[in-house]
Amino acid sequence: MPLLKVTIDNIEVEVEAGTTILNAARQIGGSVVPPAMCYYSKLEGSGGKCRTCLVKVAQGSAKDPRPMPKLVASCRTLVQDGMVVQNTTSPEVMEARGAITEFLLLNHPLDCPVCDQAGECHLQDLSYEHGLEETRTVEERRTFEPIDIGDKIKLHMTRCILCYRCVMVADQLTDQRVHGVLGRGDHCEISTHIVKAVDNDFSGNMIDVCPVGALTDQTFRFKSRVWFTKPFDAHRECSKCSGKTVLWMKGDEILRVTGRKDKYGELEEFICNSCRFEHKELNDWTVTGPRVIERHSVISQNHYETTAFSKLKKG
Amino acid sequence: MKSLTNRSKVVSDKKMTFMERIYIPAILKGMSITIRHFFSKKATINYPEQKREFSKVYRGQHVLKRDDLGRERCTACGLCAVACPAEAITMVAAERKPGEEHLYREEKYAAIYEINMLRCIFCGDCEDACPKEAIFLTDRIVASDTERKPFIYGKDILLEPLDPQQRIDISARQTEKVIQFKQNKGFAHNK
Repeated sequence: MPLLKVTIDNIEVEVEAGTTILNAARQIGGSVVPPAMCYYSKLEGSGGKCRTCLVKVAQGSAKDPRPMPKLVASCRTLVQDGMVVQNTTSPEVMEARGAITEFLLLNHPLDCPVCDQAGECHLQDLSYEHGLEETRTVEERRTFEPIDIGDKIKLHMTRCILCYRCVMVADQLTDQRVHGVLGRGDHCEISTHIVKAVDNDFSGNMIDVCPVGALTDQTFRFKSRVWFTKPFDAHRECSKCSGKTVLWMKGDEILRVTGRKDKYGELEEFICNSCRFEHKELNDWTVTGPRVIERHSVISQNHYETTAFSKLKKG
Repeated sequence: MKSLTNRSKVVSDKKMTFMERIYIPAILKGMSITIRHFFSKKATINYPEQKREFSKVYRGQHVLKRDDLGRERCTACGLCAVACPAEAITMVAAERKPGEEHLYREEKYAAIYEINMLRCIFCGDCEDACPKEAIFLTDRIVASDTERKPFIYGKDILLEPLDPQQRIDISARQTEKVIQFKQNKGFAHNK
């Protein structure tokens, strides 16, 4: 099958047919990649909900060079041969992204100082880059009481942006989903209907796929801010999953265990609840070395040694 | 070797004259300078009876503020600690339990909050970083001591008293914009 030629922000790339614009941009990498709040490459059918990845298609294809009339969601639009896409080079796209960010933040509380996700929150990164300095709305935000779903996961519905990632994890990773989205439009909420425990072996992955702080780890709740912990790559023998994780440590204490995330914040492998919640002793794990964290991340604040390590790795 | 500046003087060993040898003109010259200083303005003050006026932006001992209802403002977000160039601040967070709403403003609070006053350089970055207007530097002087231990200030020293009469005024350290924002009742923040 011939490769299709796409130009994204004046950079040409050849991709297979059936690739989305977002994935074509990820093949180039760098600042060309549109941000994505709901798309998750490991989850089938994800994307198309948050609209942060909107891009402008200046030329539909080589055969039909007309531009697409509206901005399109790059995670759901397939590339065509000779397509010309504008992401950061189009002021229209940047303006739209700012507006989308404002929309996502309409009901999102400003409780980053309290939220455990702060420092590794995608919405925080997005609003830092595209958001406004001040809130323009004075209306009441919709609020919910935090709910315990199971004894390990806390749901803060107030912070949810309805990306459906956690629903898809439950659908595709486990055989029985017990939570979903209730209500329509403005009344949408993630819920277990009657506070029903999510007690599947892989339910903890909901925490990792959540782009915001709506689903957080109860065992890590308010223990420490993310940037005061040091991440280490570690693994253990596990009968249920690969056992490859990241340990978030403070001194010799393991405060939290998560899966390994790639540069787009997506898990490399899903891990089981036993690895995530039940093994918090250092001798359960084989630590292989410090986790390389991007230099610009707040997590690498005050971690001079990890910064040096990442430099070494890049050569 | 040629000197770099032309301020150097060549030392001479010449014999003193009679006027120089009796020393009286030199003594009188010195005394006149001393006596002139008796009548000039003094550089010192009688502390502690008299206290010098502080600059408006003087940065002294920190205070952890309470809000109008007496609830602690600090939510242990850790931004002050990460902003601190001297790494003087440490804290341990805890979750507010039902029934403690009158004590803490948010669902998380600082159970332990410590500033090492020996490390602190009084730069005021903690105050700048604070998103909750919880920490401010005041015009109070940090007391001296002969040991190191008492310089680690915990919440018992830093937290302002609950009594409205003894609250610590920090309005001098707030900008006009902040004060105006706080008066706007339209924002959920001020309700």
